[in-house]
Amino acid sequence: MARPVRFNLIEKATSDRGINQVELPEGHMGEGFFATSLDKVVGLARKNSIWPLPFATSCCGIEFMATMGSHYDLSRFGSERVGFSPRQCDLLMVMGTIAKKMGPVLRQVYLQMAEPRWVIAVGACASSGGIFDTYSVLQGIDQVIPVDVYVPGCPPRPEAIIDGVMKIQDLIQDESLRRRNGEQYKALLEGYGIQ
Amino acid sequence: MSLTYEIIKEKIDSQFGDKILAWEESYGMLSATVQHDHNLKVLTFLHDEPSLGFQFLTDITGVHYPERKGEEIAVVYHVHNLKENVRLRLKVFVPIEKPDVFTATGLFSGANWMERETYDFFGVIFIGHPDLRRVLNVDEMDYFPLRKEYPLEDQTRIDKDDEMFGR
Repeated sequence: MARPVRFNLIEKATSDRGINQVELPEGHMGEGFFATSLDKVVGLARKNSIWPLPFATSCCGIEFMATMGSHYDLSRFGSERVGFSPRQCDLLMVMGTIAKKMGPVLRQVYLQMAEPRWVIAVGACASSGGIFDTYSVLQGIDQVIPVDVYVPGCPPRPEAIIDGVMKIQDLIQDESLRRRNGEQYKALLEGYGIQ
Repeated sequence: MSLTYEIIKEKIDSQFGDKILAWEESYGMLSATVQHDHNLKVLTFLHDEPSLGFQFLTDITGVHYPERKGEEIAVVYHVHNLKENVRLRLKVFVPIEKPDVFTATGLFSGANWMERETYDFFGVIFIGHPDLRRVLNVDEMDYFPLRKEYPLEDQTRIDKDDEMFGR
């Protein structure tokens, strides 16, 4: 017996022209106005227009290609614009084994990105060195740059990568506008010898 | 007349005599063990002697034998006579305290990076090499990773429990 195929189990708000809309943040609404905090508006805008910078070194990069392709389609989450200049991008996606010799290169790419910036480590190698427990491989990119989201898997399926990007979206949505100027964030960067 | 192993053996033996320590044929390939200060002389002879003509250097690598006291590090050369399609393996053994051999860069330009790699992984010092520094590993590395006294695993990793991961 054929299984029922369903799409969009969670019903989204749709405008009268059939365009999907993101959910409204908390706020006060009345006749002809909507009031909310700046944090939430900025978070909403940033969250749905992430420019990813793929740093793909091996098989996880192949999975990322599938993720960007029409079947899984990361652009549904507002991330179709893959930038190849770190200066323009918000999200550094590190996919694949990073050799120790490439560590400084990765760090340089991270330093070239403008704030606010996020990092996602896709796959076992980027997260922890994976099966390459050896003298030449960096045992997780968090030894050289701070990481926001780790995606497990060897390699992770495109769904997992999308899930990681959605976790990043959640982080971006709720991030305080003051976070990047805060003491805690500065201490984190100083822990990596940045600034 | 094709170049047989007997001819190669005879020619080299008559030229170098007791400097050739051993001959063997392993995996169907002739292999000579040479006294460690004669590696360059033998290679030059193999290269320049017209009847031998080993003018292509396929590979240089090292092997660490911790149990062979006084000659722990082996440096292995593979040379190839392209005309006759004959290959020859040369080995020299050096003590780990003083792993010095002569460079072959004057003879084969391709030896440059191969010797840097052998230095990188085994710490073999090639005397006369124009630029002997690491080629594959990070410059800050302070040991030679393929020597057997160093564990393969990365020692900076702290999240692995020795009992669970069999380390």
